[in-house]
Amino acid sequence: MPLLSIVTFLPLVGAAFILLARGPEEIVARNARNAALWTTVITFAVSLLIWIEFDNSTAAFQFVEKHEWLAPGISYHMGVDGISMLFVILTTFLMPLCILASWDAIEHRVKEYMVAFLVMETLMIGVFCALDLVLFYLFFEAGLIPMFLIIGIWGGKRRIYASFKFFLYTLLGSLLLLLALLYMYFQAGTTDIPTLMKHAFDPGVQKWLWLAFFASFAVKVPMWPVHTWLPDAHVEAPTAGSVILAGVMLKMGGYGFIRFSIPMFPDASLYFAPLVFGLSVVAIIYTSLVALVQEDMKKLIAYSSVAHMGFVTMGTFSLTLQGVQGAIFQMLSHGIVSGALFLCVGVVYDRLHTREIARYGGLVNIMPKYAVVFMLFTMANVGLPGTSGFVGEMLTLVGAFKANTWVALLATTGVILSAAYALWLYRRVIFGELTKDDLKAMTDLSPREVAIIAPLVFLTLFMGIYPAPFLDVMAVSVNNLLDQHQAAIAAVKAAVAAK
Amino acid sequence: MTFASLAPVYPELWLAVAAMALLLLGVFRGEGSTRLVSWLGVAALVVTLVLVRAQPAESQSAFGGMFLADGFARFAKLLILIGSGFAIVQSLGYIKYNRMDRFEYPVLILLASVGMMMMVSANDLMSLYLGLELQSLSLYVLAAFKRDSERATEAGLKYFVLGALSSGMLLYGSSLIYGFTGSTGFVQIAEAVKASGSHASIGLIVGIVFLSAGLAFKVSAVPFHMWVPDVYEGAPTPVTAFFAVAPKIAAVALFCRAMLSPFGDIAADWQQIIIVISALSMLLGAFAAIAQNNIKRLMAYSSIGHVGYALVGLAAGTEEGVRGILIYLAIYLAMNVGTFACILSMRHRDSLVEGVSDLAGLAKTHPFMAFLLAGFMFSLAGVPPLAGFFGKFYIFMAAINAKLYALAVLGMLSSVVSAYYYLRIVKIMYFDEADEPLSKPLRTELGAVMGITGLFTLLFFVYPAPLLAAAQAAAKTLFP
Repeated sequence: MPLLSIVTFLPLVGAAFILLARGPEEIVARNARNAALWTTVITFAVSLLIWIEFDNSTAAFQFVEKHEWLAPGISYHMGVDGISMLFVILTTFLMPLCILASWDAIEHRVKEYMVAFLVMETLMIGVFCALDLVLFYLFFEAGLIPMFLIIGIWGGKRRIYASFKFFLYTLLGSLLLLLALLYMYFQAGTTDIPTLMKHAFDPGVQKWLWLAFFASFAVKVPMWPVHTWLPDAHVEAPTAGSVILAGVMLKMGGYGFIRFSIPMFPDASLYFAPLVFGLSVVAIIYTSLVALVQEDMKKLIAYSSVAHMGFVTMGTFSLTLQGVQGAIFQMLSHGIVSGALFLCVGVVYDRLHTREIARYGGLVNIMPKYAVVFMLFTMANVGLPGTSGFVGEMLTLVGAFKANTWVALLATTGVILSAAYALWLYRRVIFGELTKDDLKAMTDLSPREVAIIAPLVFLTLFMGIYPAPFLDVMAVSVNNLLDQHQAAIAAVKAAVAAK
Repeated sequence: MTFASLAPVYPELWLAVAAMALLLLGVFRGEGSTRLVSWLGVAALVVTLVLVRAQPAESQSAFGGMFLADGFARFAKLLILIGSGFAIVQSLGYIKYNRMDRFEYPVLILLASVGMMMMVSANDLMSLYLGLELQSLSLYVLAAFKRDSERATEAGLKYFVLGALSSGMLLYGSSLIYGFTGSTGFVQIAEAVKASGSHASIGLIVGIVFLSAGLAFKVSAVPFHMWVPDVYEGAPTPVTAFFAVAPKIAAVALFCRAMLSPFGDIAADWQQIIIVISALSMLLGAFAAIAQNNIKRLMAYSSIGHVGYALVGLAAGTEEGVRGILIYLAIYLAMNVGTFACILSMRHRDSLVEGVSDLAGLAKTHPFMAFLLAGFMFSLAGVPPLAGFFGKFYIFMAAINAKLYALAVLGMLSSVVSAYYYLRIVKIMYFDEADEPLSKPLRTELGAVMGITGLFTLLFFVYPAPLLAAAQAAAKTLFP
């Protein structure tokens, strides 16, 4: 059974049903919510089925499907390995929570909203399953359309500016990727990813191709200095949009580095690693400092996302087992934790309709449950041992330490800075005297909100205390990736020596 | 000449005869017959389509080699016929509403189509010019068809004067080419060029420059684009819709053949012209459209930009490039017909409106139309998985393979810039609130046109194989 195609296109089926719904607006809205929830839950169930069937002991692609498509060498090719498997799960896991988080928060154009989210889910799963570069590009780029609409229609005050910036920034980056992949098509005669991984590109050409891919993924991650679209997009997007943006879309960049840049351009990856280290360290320290002075909660978390993704790029290009594993784990963990933090902001935003930190204070007195979960996610964001954030940060730092001591040293200071801004945010929002009148009327978490946040709490702790099940999935694939990389570097060195 | 030797020309003959018969019918039935003549005209186009499809696969020539019915011409003819058919159907409501429902209107479109079919089959500078003029003269009249309107007559006159100028350049170029090669037939010119070795004589080059200047005017490429915004804006909207599609397709196809078939061997001598024209068109199309508030003007600049993309394929000068152009033209047809169907449905109570801002809040008042128009806009911007992306994809594929990296990068950059104004339309429809919503009546024909082209644009990626294979086969015939 083509399980991957099913899990990819199932949300589209749900979207089609919702699109066809007719009738009075309220009933359509209710049906759209229910249909979207059921679709995402079933999609999640199917993706779990794939995980159960997934074989941890091989680095080969599994559940492979291949059909003729655009041209000879450009086919519809799907498959997952240890690197992409967990991203699929992350996507399908976050989606039902997003739908639930939008349940009451979205009041107008509910039908279109749900359709946009379901289309988005299809495209995101497709990105992680595609085993053909053109197919990957299609999913990668098409995701801009629903996200543009989500930010632009259901966003905040400056939504139009934010949505345009988001769209054009990302488009510019990815068009260079398109040119590079066309070039690769003529060099290798195919855009099949497994074949391209084995193809040895000329080291000189590799550098250009690497830069083109870098332009696209660096914008998506986002890396300093092309991160400026992210705070705008995050702040203006509705809560669920921020969750998807931080939880999944940013991961496409990191995933792209691991899936394409390292195996296809091994030489260039090694050559440019110092550049990535430099940018990552700047991202970690600089954006942490910027986060310190933010007055808007979402903006603060957005900047902290940039800093945390700095650990990901640093770990990836340390080209060590710990570093790459840590990068993937950090992405999963950040997907859950930052998603959870945005949901936490959404909880108070739904009640007071402001994200300004100064408007809050003393919430612990009236919202104890909220204070506890917010505390947990703040700690996970800081990277406290016992939470998922610790494992990822630790592993990337270990990897970086092996590659370059100074980078690791500087990045570690970022951990301290993140503790500073995160705890300070927590203190200003949760602790202190409850003086403001409009806060006194606020209610603690509703059962629906508990239902959204509980699975995130569980996963954050589980991944922190017992990360093995997740690390085991990726171990063989990452090992294989690095072995291939070393073999490719050795081959180039041998060729140079032979000359 | 026996009747059987006319076999390659049957479709054109049929269409010309049908056009004249419909003219007679119109005269006898009088003023009220526009609707009938229009639908019969569509039927005549469909029959022509069948005739073109029924021709044997191999190339055939007629009139002593002046007319060539090969795979390339057939592919372009199918697009032209489809474009003309849509143009007639789209016009029905408008011409009735604006009291320009005279039966000459569909007849002129049919005659223009005959001219365009001649153009893409031309294998000689003489037949090239004949086809071009038959098409152009019909178009001049169409542009000024709303004869009481100052704007329309101005557009018609402008188009005529500038068009005559470009025809003059084209003729001058042709005469130079004839003088330096001794023939007007493409085959004979190609032989003469080959015989003269790798270096073409200066006179021939000058001839090629004039010829390409004339053709660049017809495809509305920069720097011969000045007439486009004015004519697009001034002409009645359904005429603009027609202009933007079929004649453009015919002219681009003609451009390809007129460059590649006789001068394929000295491609290095004219390639730089095409590269410059295409780069400038892409850039101007991207930047000039940003400030437009009239949607027809915006589409004019957009079409200039799109011609620039199509010419990238010609600049590559390879079979792959021509395949890319043909795919691009087919997709361009769908996107533009659909967009203009949406524009034709924009009305406020009594009158048609053309302001971009009139689209405000369309997503709420006309969700179906807004959805499709958004699809067309994203497609024109070249965002996957919509059809427009694949058009650009194959064009740039050819450019990369021909090592035109700078041109490809330029094309990419200008498509980011142009994405801005396409997005702006989506923004106005989806993000803004309407002051005064557009009024309801969405004519069934327009809805159907939108639906068909929209479906093609949205779902092209699911099953692209037939179009790709057809374009591949058609491109092959241009490179024997």
